[in-house]
Amino acid sequence: MKVGIPREVLAGERRVAGTPDTVRKLVDLGFAVQVESGAGEAADQPDAAYAEAGAEVVDGAASLWATSDLVLKVRPPTLEEADLLKEGAAVVGFVFPASQGPLLERLAARSATLLAMDCVPRISRAQKMDALSSMANIAGYRAVVEASAHFGRFFTGQITAAGKVPPAKVLVIGAGVAGLASIAAAKGLGAIVRAFDTRAAVREQVQSLGAEFLEVEIEESGDGGGGYARQMSPEFIRAEMDLFHAQAKEVDIIVTTALVPGRPAPRLLERRAVEAMRPGSVIVDLAAEQGGNCELTVPGERVVHQGVQILGFTDLPSRMAATASQLYGTNLVHLLSDMGGGRDFRVDLEDEVVRGALVLHRGETTWPPPPPKPAPEAAAAPAGAVAPKPAVGAAPRGDAVNPVGHRPPDPRPVLGGNALAALGVVAAAGWLALRYGLTGDASPAATQFLQHLTVFVLACFVGWQVIWSVSPALHTPLMSVTNAISGIIIVGGMLQAHGDPLAPAAVIGGLAVLLAAINVAGGFLVTQRMLRMFRK
Amino acid sequence: MESLLLTVAYIVSSVLFILSLRGLSAQETARRGNAYGFAGMALAVLATATSQAIDSYALLLLALVVGSAVGAAMASRVAMTAMPELVALLHSFVGAAAVLVGFASYLGDAGGHGPRGILLGEIAVDVFIGSLTFTGSVVAFLKLRGSVSGKPLILPARHALNAGLLTACVVLSVAFGLAPDTAGLLYLVGAALLSGVLGVHLVAAIGGADMPVVVSLLNSYSGWTAAAAGFMLGNDLLIITGALVGSSGAILSIIMCRAMNRSIWNVVFSGFGSDSGAQARPQSGPADAQGEVVETDVEETAASLLAARDVVIVPGYGMAVARAQHAVNELTETLRARGAKVRFAIHPVAGRLPGHMNVLLAEADVPYDIVLEMDEINDDFPRTDVVLVIGANDIVNPGALTDASSPIYGMPVLKVWESGRVVMFKRGRSAGYAGVDNPLFYERNTRMLFGDARQTMDRLVAAVKARAAA
Repeated sequence: MKVGIPREVLAGERRVAGTPDTVRKLVDLGFAVQVESGAGEAADQPDAAYAEAGAEVVDGAASLWATSDLVLKVRPPTLEEADLLKEGAAVVGFVFPASQGPLLERLAARSATLLAMDCVPRISRAQKMDALSSMANIAGYRAVVEASAHFGRFFTGQITAAGKVPPAKVLVIGAGVAGLASIAAAKGLGAIVRAFDTRAAVREQVQSLGAEFLEVEIEESGDGGGGYARQMSPEFIRAEMDLFHAQAKEVDIIVTTALVPGRPAPRLLERRAVEAMRPGSVIVDLAAEQGGNCELTVPGERVVHQGVQILGFTDLPSRMAATASQLYGTNLVHLLSDMGGGRDFRVDLEDEVVRGALVLHRGETTWPPPPPKPAPEAAAAPAGAVAPKPAVGAAPRGDAVNPVGHRPPDPRPVLGGNALAALGVVAAAGWLALRYGLTGDASPAATQFLQHLTVFVLACFVGWQVIWSVSPALHTPLMSVTNAISGIIIVGGMLQAHGDPLAPAAVIGGLAVLLAAINVAGGFLVTQRMLRMFRK
Repeated sequence: MESLLLTVAYIVSSVLFILSLRGLSAQETARRGNAYGFAGMALAVLATATSQAIDSYALLLLALVVGSAVGAAMASRVAMTAMPELVALLHSFVGAAAVLVGFASYLGDAGGHGPRGILLGEIAVDVFIGSLTFTGSVVAFLKLRGSVSGKPLILPARHALNAGLLTACVVLSVAFGLAPDTAGLLYLVGAALLSGVLGVHLVAAIGGADMPVVVSLLNSYSGWTAAAAGFMLGNDLLIITGALVGSSGAILSIIMCRAMNRSIWNVVFSGFGSDSGAQARPQSGPADAQGEVVETDVEETAASLLAARDVVIVPGYGMAVARAQHAVNELTETLRARGAKVRFAIHPVAGRLPGHMNVLLAEADVPYDIVLEMDEINDDFPRTDVVLVIGANDIVNPGALTDASSPIYGMPVLKVWESGRVVMFKRGRSAGYAGVDNPLFYERNTRMLFGDARQTMDRLVAAVKARAAA
């Protein structure tokens, strides 16, 4: 299995899909790796380091594409690149398949297999391959660095011999992976940080980073499932805008990271909010590529409006090419390792992660994948418009994102396991019916027995149904209460303890009552004691 | 007329019992459930006492009062760590009572319904299950109490022995059924004794770690015993109640077995946890490649706990033995007060009784909403900073997932090794009850904290508080 890492061709793209470090891991996984000469140059990774890591450094993209079974890319392949691909080979990279019609056709014509890193489902198991989160993390950090570079003051407050410098105030809108990274970076530089998110579930995460969590007065859940935010109601957005407008008068830096999957970025900062800011303030719009959260953002540009700078850079991860390449490369290594490594690499359509990321399989379109299962209720929490929400772990403690669709299987074997037992009972009853019923010899004892058997079987079924719903935490109380209840044998003892108190049957019956009474009293009391201890 | 009243009372009792079990499905309704159960029992006893069949109250009253007093005394004195013993002991009473009722029924022929064939058969079944439950529970009680070794007793040809005992019981029962009048008494005594021996032998052959299954099974048996007595006496209330309890115990056994990925037959008959399991280890042990265990101390652990935002505590039987649950709660409160997220992960077979850990933690005032089941928390370990494993071993053994040669291979376990750091509280360097080495000890992020769990935990709490104050 030969893996090829070409140099990225898009102008200004500095990242590369593998560093010497990740190449070494690929080699360990059993892949043969070839790297295009100069591929890592812009990310400060010299050819020599790749060679040392075990890769073959080849000149020219054409030969690399033509001889690789698997090409690792950062940006989606260009049409020219697609034409270079070997027949039936595979490509892995960011694809954004929704907007790549011609590319998909071109690749399909070559029977290619295409895996989109941006389509890896956001489930716990796939966290280590979540390249969007890796990049969002970098973008969030870099946003603060860019802001401070364009901001004419300290972030941290200082008291010097030359006077007092107030700390900068930073507002981060959207506490997803990027937002949380921004909060952490700004906090690290000493700023006073506030953050807003429509999902109340992230409050804890925001506060854990030392930022203040802002809220609007309207109650509305903004959780759109799978850890993403959803579109909010007009009233909510109105209230939100007013909050931002009020905040704009106070803060020096605003970082916006709000994205709703599959839609243009929500417009959160209106012209009036920008104009409310003091001259010298900086806005960094991480949603610039999707149209921007700020009305005045120009994607890829720095704009100055009434003294306020609006940074719409769309290449923030690329500006940190070394780290971005390392993290992205590691995401790729994890994916390839999960797909079997170099020795038994295969595209497993049953694998939820692979299936989610698979856009083309041997030339056939497999995108979009079957809809993901809805997030479990536990994830239900307010939100609205936010950047990639932490797919757990990339940022501190994401409670909100549960593994999509993970639910303990219903432990109830739907009678299947008991078919045998049921069959036995039916057979016994049938035999009795035949033996006593149909022969006309319906003795009262047999009839009575059958009646009791009916009651018994029904009671077993009732018990079976009721007990499965018992919470495991209460298994011990369940046991002691059933224990007490099985002391019902006391009734049997009582029925025997009659007549002459000294007759053997009566004495034995009395003894049985004694034992059963211990059980009844002991069982109920100890259950009571236990249950009293459980508190919320 | 009167028997009609009795029947109605019994129906109401049955419904109350079902409601009682239903109530236990959630913490909020559990206490009400217990009250229903008690009401049902009181109603059944009162109704029976007022029926015509009862004519001598002195003996009854005496038995009831003494029995209840003994039961109440036991229930109010028992320590929560000793719950498994108490439950096992109570099971034995049901078994013994059933045997006695069987004999009384034979001698007094109280049921007096129909020809003897069916009645005698029912008596034999009742006495058989009752006696088995009685002796089995007593052995379980002794094992849980530590009076006899928890190691499984493996006799040569034990399966043949079981089969022989069972056959002998059947033969005696048949002889009993054929004997006229009360001449079969000796056969019945013989059958009772032999099934008693069978009960002893069955439970003695089961290892300590499988006790949750055994106790559940005995729980189930005690129900079937009551049901058998119901058949014998022609009493529907006994049948219904017995069936409820029987199913309950059976389901618990199934849940426990599933939690260990083993069949009920395997648990009952394999003598698991014996030395044979451990002997396979040396040549295939994952330990060989992994290197040394790394010891840690209380101070280091305290420091890492204070730095952690997300802590998970995995309690095991060791915590129960050392009675460390109160210290654990103190630690939990201290960490929570400092803003850390502390949760408990409970494996279904942790401890010696289903739900044992939940009861112990509840006793120590740990809020139940931070006590989670395996399925609820198992995916969270990658996000956890520190995991404290207190006196648990097999339930956190990664070998169960990776090492096909491990005797516990396939058993679902808590994936603590995915967290940032695992601290194992352990008394000594021995393997767990299953006799299986644990590769977790050799993981790079694992630290061992040797010593008595209670003392170590006390010192840890002190260290954490001292550091937190500083």
